[in-house]
Amino acid sequence: MFNKLTDRMTSVLRSVGGSGRLTAENIEQAVRDVRKALLEADVALPVIKAFIAGVKERALGAEVMKSLSPGQAFIKIVNDELIAIMGSESQPLELKAQAPVVILVAGLQGAGKTTSVAKLACYLKQRQKKSVMVASCDIYRPAAIEQLAILAESIEVQFFPSSSKDNPAKIASAAIDAARKKSVDVLILDSAGRMHIDQEMMQEIRLVHQAAQPVETLFVIDSMVGQDAVNIARAFDAALPLTGVILTKVDGDARGGVALSVRYITGKPIKFLGMGEKIDALELFHPERLASRILGMGDLLSLVEEAQTKLDEKKSEQLANKLKKGRGFDLEDLREQLASMQKLGGINSIMSKLPGMANMQQAVSQQMGDDHNRKMIAIINSMTPGERRKPEVINGSRKRRIANGSGAQIQEVNRLLKQHKQMSKVMKKFSKGGMQNMLRTMQGKLPPGMGF
Amino acid sequence: MSFFSKQKPVSNTSNSLLNGLRKTRAILTSNLSDLFTGRKQIDAELLEELETRLLMADMGIETTDTVLDALRKHIGFGDIDSPLSLLTALRDLLRQRLQNPEPLSLVKKPHAILVVGVNGSGKTTTIGKLARHYQQLGHSVLLAAGDTFRAAAVEQLQTWGARNKVPVVAQGNGADSAAVIFDALQSAQARGIEILLADTAGRLHTQSNLMEELKKVKRVLTKLDPQAPQETWLVLDATTGQNALQQARQFHQAIGLTGLVITKLDGTAKGGIIFAIKEELNLPVCYIGVGEGIDDLKPFNADDFVDALLASDE
Ligand SMILES: Nc1nc2c(ncn2[C@@H]2O[C@H](COP(=O)(O)OP(=O)(O)OP(=O)(O)O)[C@@H](O)[C@H]2O)c(=O)[nH]1
Ligand SMILES: Nc1nc2c(ncn2[C@@H]2O[C@H](COP(=O)(O)OP(=O)(O)OP(=O)(O)O)[C@@H](O)[C@H]2O)c(=O)[nH]1
Ligand SMILES: [Mg+2]
Ligand SMILES: [Mg+2]
Repeated sequence: MFNKLTDRMTSVLRSVGGSGRLTAENIEQAVRDVRKALLEADVALPVIKAFIAGVKERALGAEVMKSLSPGQAFIKIVNDELIAIMGSESQPLELKAQAPVVILVAGLQGAGKTTSVAKLACYLKQRQKKSVMVASCDIYRPAAIEQLAILAESIEVQFFPSSSKDNPAKIASAAIDAARKKSVDVLILDSAGRMHIDQEMMQEIRLVHQAAQPVETLFVIDSMVGQDAVNIARAFDAALPLTGVILTKVDGDARGGVALSVRYITGKPIKFLGMGEKIDALELFHPERLASRILGMGDLLSLVEEAQTKLDEKKSEQLANKLKKGRGFDLEDLREQLASMQKLGGINSIMSKLPGMANMQQAVSQQMGDDHNRKMIAIINSMTPGERRKPEVINGSRKRRIANGSGAQIQEVNRLLKQHKQMSKVMKKFSKGGMQNMLRTMQGKLPPGMGF
Repeated sequence: MSFFSKQKPVSNTSNSLLNGLRKTRAILTSNLSDLFTGRKQIDAELLEELETRLLMADMGIETTDTVLDALRKHIGFGDIDSPLSLLTALRDLLRQRLQNPEPLSLVKKPHAILVVGVNGSGKTTTIGKLARHYQQLGHSVLLAAGDTFRAAAVEQLQTWGARNKVPVVAQGNGADSAAVIFDALQSAQARGIEILLADTAGRLHTQSNLMEELKKVKRVLTKLDPQAPQETWLVLDATTGQNALQQARQFHQAIGLTGLVITKLDGTAKGGIIFAIKEELNLPVCYIGVGEGIDDLKPFNADDFVDALLASDE
């Protein structure tokens, strides 16, 4: 059975275990998976192409950690890169100008601008103790001005009354005058929703911007937006000197690929996330969270992370040193290797986290269940430290004791010992390496029928 | 500018090959020319470009793969041998997956239409436009201000009521949505109104308490009329990507939808997700929104939709 087992394990570890450097070939499947994941997350296709090409270029030739497959290593790099692109930390609002500091929001219809204006006002008032005034330049949508008035009242910030008969740029100027007279710290201007291809309306928002000279011009966009994000972001970015982005409705289950599209195209930081309809549902932006949401490979990424921390190279290094110093591969070492596999949740758990491995998982768990691994560890656990270091001393009575202690059969103890002897011979030939190397070599060296 | 805002919908009675070819040529000369000019053969590059176009229309990777596989099969059989026939075949494949809506069958008045959807998708505006549309068709209309949550939602609907000169049944902010719509249906029955359009607050499909509230609206209405609401329409924003499928699934599961309205098709978004929704839930698109004005609503036309989807905006 053991050669069957090693066979299995080797093939699994080959897909799990390291193999030198990333090449175009060994990451091919991972690249396809990433492309699909990003498409499903609504990242715009041109952005996906540019992004993947960039990551690939940087990733090729990179060394792969022993415990990772090239595909996993690549996905980890993708994730890191996503976080890097989204901005490594949340960026605060720029408020260090002369009062009244003006903030202008702009975006498509129904994106969540008016709600976000109220949320920002509330945030600045409560968290930063600013005096805030809000004003609406939306003269089109029915009841838009009333909507902002009601919201302003509910959070007790000042409201500059405008009329749908006024001109938006004039409203902006008048609101600034009023804010100055009332010594307000921050004035937030709401604007009407507009289509990015509506030339007249895009010109209008330019004029509002000119009149208001805002310190912050925030682009508000719905996290559910799909491929059109490219066109939308490009047009708003071209029309206005944007300083940041507010991503709304993140409380839903959209994967939010639009965040990457917008970031890629405008280069502007995402500053806030809208997390609900309530006025306090505004959060600072956290790139890591959104990156793994977009990639949708949370499980895989956590596996990679575990592998990095748990299966670290230190232990293998220690073993290698020990072997180099001529001290053999003892049962303590075997236990460690087995346990490191267990730490990853066992072979079953490793495989369940890998995309597309569900079928294989079943087959393998029958052949070499985690039980088997656990039993081997139990047998070793029942030995004294002296026995583990010097297995030669284990005689018949010791074997019985060990079998009793671990709930195993004498034969199983025998098999383990025989197996270990074989392994330690093989291990002597290594100067460096862990389980993967060991098993890979064993597969070639072990005579058929040998083993457990 | 998008196809929709430029052209009046063409009547879609003739489905003849000739008609199809004529349209294909029209797309070809106007929009896809960049893709097909100077190309005599179908090659990988052309197929990849088509894939790009379908994906960029928010069709989703699955639908796109299915459609392209079908095309490749045709190419393999030899029944597609030129870029022009490829385009025609693609057009037909897409067209077959959609259906034109049936006109409302007004067997009994009032015919209650419940309008639902996620936040900001265009529900209230669509109701304003539908009121106009049905009045033009000669029907009497009443509006129900079922969004009792969002600031100024009632005022917004009342403005649309005034524009259309139709009555609006409303209670104060914070009132029970089901009670308002119940009242409105009762009022419509009493007044002999033909069409009741009921607005509801925007809600994300993931908010189970709010989905429960919608179930309650439906439950309450059946006390007045076992068939009510006769229609339950989900309003989808065309700029929405793959999440629209999730929205349709969840709303359909919660309250049973009868149709879709796709708004904001006056931009550059194509709304390609409706293919996946049709495939999985068999929900037809009834109307499309093409602007913020009272007349910016059109009955859905599958031919026009497909042509606009294949067209390039550059
Ligand atoms: N769930 C959720 N809903 C939100 C969020 N932000 C805004 N909304 C809702 O989205 C809808 C539209 O929000 P508005 O603030 O009116 O959007 P707008 O961009 O001002 O719309 P127009 O002025 O018509 O262009 C409302 O129902 C809001 O309550 C959010 O972060 N989460
Ligand atoms: N360009 C364009 N804008 C639209 C269309 N339909 C609606 N809008 C705009 O989208 C914004 C939101 O529309 P509403 O009707 O308030 O959306 P809603 O679904 O009722 O929003 P909530 O009630 O807040 O969930 C408004 O600014 C509308 O004018 C459309 O077809 N095209
Ligand atoms: Mg607004
Ligand atoms: Mg509404």
